[in-house]
Amino acid sequence: MINEPYPKIYLYRRLVQAKLFIDNNYADNIDLDNIADEAWFSKFHFIRKFKSTYRYTPHQYLTYVRLEKAMELLKAGLPVSSVCYSVGFESLSSFSRLFKRAAGITPSEYIARHQKIKAHMAESPLTFIPGCFASRNGWLKN
Amino acid sequence: MTHVSIYVLDQGRAYDFYTNKLGFKVITDVPMPGGDRWLTVSPPEQPELELILSPVTRTIFSKESVKALTELIKDGAFGVGLFTSNDIFATYEELNAKGVVFTKVPKKEFYGTEAIFKDDSGNWFSLAQLN
Repeated sequence: MINEPYPKIYLYRRLVQAKLFIDNNYADNIDLDNIADEAWFSKFHFIRKFKSTYRYTPHQYLTYVRLEKAMELLKAGLPVSSVCYSVGFESLSSFSRLFKRAAGITPSEYIARHQKIKAHMAESPLTFIPGCFASRNGWLKN
Repeated sequence: MTHVSIYVLDQGRAYDFYTNKLGFKVITDVPMPGGDRWLTVSPPEQPELELILSPVTRTIFSKESVKALTELIKDGAFGVGLFTSNDIFATYEELNAKGVVFTKVPKKEFYGTEAIFKDDSGNWFSLAQLN
């Protein structure tokens, strides 16, 4: 812990608290207005500082976290509609639109792409490992 | 350079540290013969740089080397590299809240502000916001 208060310590702690709150509660229907209110600063100032620190406003960051989690779940093979609602989106159409904007492909196309990679990895795992490491570790002997 | 190797004492614990605490993304996680994993992670903003979390095991090293390397890692002999942050105090507060151990809290130096933290094995990293 820092013993001497560095500049704006309280603002930083509130910013981090807000970010971690989003990280941990993204799947719920959370009210981002409360985050700024709890921070004792004007909402405008808080959002501006959040954006300059994390490159997203709190609302944009929430969407980003939800989409990242959605990608993990889709990679794991879960169906699109199940993923959509379990990460906190309320509508399949807005999830698909936001997903395509972020990933460049639809959720279904993303699943198909990763199933292909997974099958390839299961079939020949050594293609994913630089040969020198595999050789040094004795993984090429079989 | 596309890959950097970091020796870790337990791949399961390292997985938890680098993904859940540092927020890195898993790039490859494949089980290998002998019980080890080919496990690589990347900082989210640098997906082209893979950190290989390499186990210190008998499949690669002799018994003596495993012992020696384990002690060196625990003693903090390996400073792996430098991470930069656009806001070191925000990064410090977040990592601290997640339980990352800092051996140096953010301190102003002539080149910027720097902190030092270590991973779950004992490898240490510099974290800096440069001038």
